[in-house]
Amino acid sequence: MSTAEAPLACKPADYKSDIKPIWCPGCGDYHVLMSFTRAFAQLGLPTEDIVIVSGIGCSSRIPAYTNCYGFHGVHGRSLALAAGLKVTRPELTVVVASGDGDGYSIGGNHFLHACRRNIDMTYVVMDNRIYGMTKGQPSPTTEPEFDTALSPGGTGLRPFHPLVIALASGANFIARCFSGEPNETASVLVEAIRHPGFSFVEILSPCVTFRPDEKEWKNLVHLAPVAATNDPAKAARRIMTDDGFNIGILYRGDRRPYQPSIGQSAGIDLSQLEKDFEL
Amino acid sequence: MSDNAPKVASLADLFAVAYRIEADAVERYDLLADQMETHNNPELVAVFRDLARAEGIHRDEIRRLAGDIDLARLAQEIATWGPGESPEEADLGEAHYLMTPWHALQLALAGEERALAFFTSIVETAKNPAVKKMAEEFVEEESEHVNLVHRLLRKYPAPVRSWCSDQDPPIAQD
Repeated sequence: MSTAEAPLACKPADYKSDIKPIWCPGCGDYHVLMSFTRAFAQLGLPTEDIVIVSGIGCSSRIPAYTNCYGFHGVHGRSLALAAGLKVTRPELTVVVASGDGDGYSIGGNHFLHACRRNIDMTYVVMDNRIYGMTKGQPSPTTEPEFDTALSPGGTGLRPFHPLVIALASGANFIARCFSGEPNETASVLVEAIRHPGFSFVEILSPCVTFRPDEKEWKNLVHLAPVAATNDPAKAARRIMTDDGFNIGILYRGDRRPYQPSIGQSAGIDLSQLEKDFEL
Repeated sequence: MSDNAPKVASLADLFAVAYRIEADAVERYDLLADQMETHNNPELVAVFRDLARAEGIHRDEIRRLAGDIDLARLAQEIATWGPGESPEEADLGEAHYLMTPWHALQLALAGEERALAFFTSIVETAKNPAVKKMAEEFVEEESEHVNLVHRLLRKYPAPVRSWCSDQDPPIAQD
């Protein structure tokens, strides 16, 4: 974590903006917003020290619903934006919000390299296995047999496995949460923000409009039966073989975060650099 | 008492937990009312605002009973649930933009029944006589709330099976 914990008791409400979310009633993202504000309150972070960066999609609306700094960015590019922000302002707590379409398809390449770089930030992906905002197209995590008017008979494609990809690419903290458990999710987010390096938190967040079947998730999720490991081989075996509804912290690595020296600390005169780029 | 519930050792703890239950319920019903406002379901806005108001009265009554105890702070320190949510937090996952007062009252009933079970478990396990006595009062109050919701449900029969069918579904987000 980049910011010292404040002694004053903060309330989740302190982190909420006056803008009312326009997600569908029943959407898991309401709970995720709640988990964000609860986590920030537990950490006692000043709102001005937190930046939430997002891409495009239902989940990416989340910065507007908080009182923190926010950047509702370009589709799939939230991690690139966030990486630039964090390396230039390392004292800030940077949280990136995304969805399975934004994060794994359009932003898939950024995801790999953000894991590899291991910059100290937290990446939260609200996975509902569908493109909700654009009316229900299959996403990279949609099941192959998921049959809709937009994918008759299903795509037949093997779903993307984000946790395995994150582990293989070098993410330093990997967890899976369920939106319907906002207190558990908040606790995991606290740990993710505190953990140095790139933390990846996948939150199963049902889309009640296009995937009403996902309401069943609340009966399928279960707490991870064993504690997190720092051994990538053990974590890989565990993530590859679990049922996809194992909730909790699954991997805590100990790789040193990447934080390049910038500006004067790197012996560069920024004003001279600006001059060099003048047109 | 379930494993996810906060531990209640003193009267102050009990007040803090009871306060948190009611405060969480107010927040949750207001959130649901906001959702219904956004999705143009004015009947449900009124129902959820009424429920929030009722829970707010209970919250304020607990604050009065607790006297000088800083309930908000103590509640933040000790009254946390996990996994799961606090007993009277209505299940957000059950919300629907076309839901009816019957659905809202079903959510309320489930919440009141969870609160009743919670305070009953405190009565059954409390070692401190003052905690036990006050918890018994909360049990009595929650029982009355359960009965009240049952009475309200008589006014709102279960909706027809097609209650959520919409010929023009508002699936465009903007």
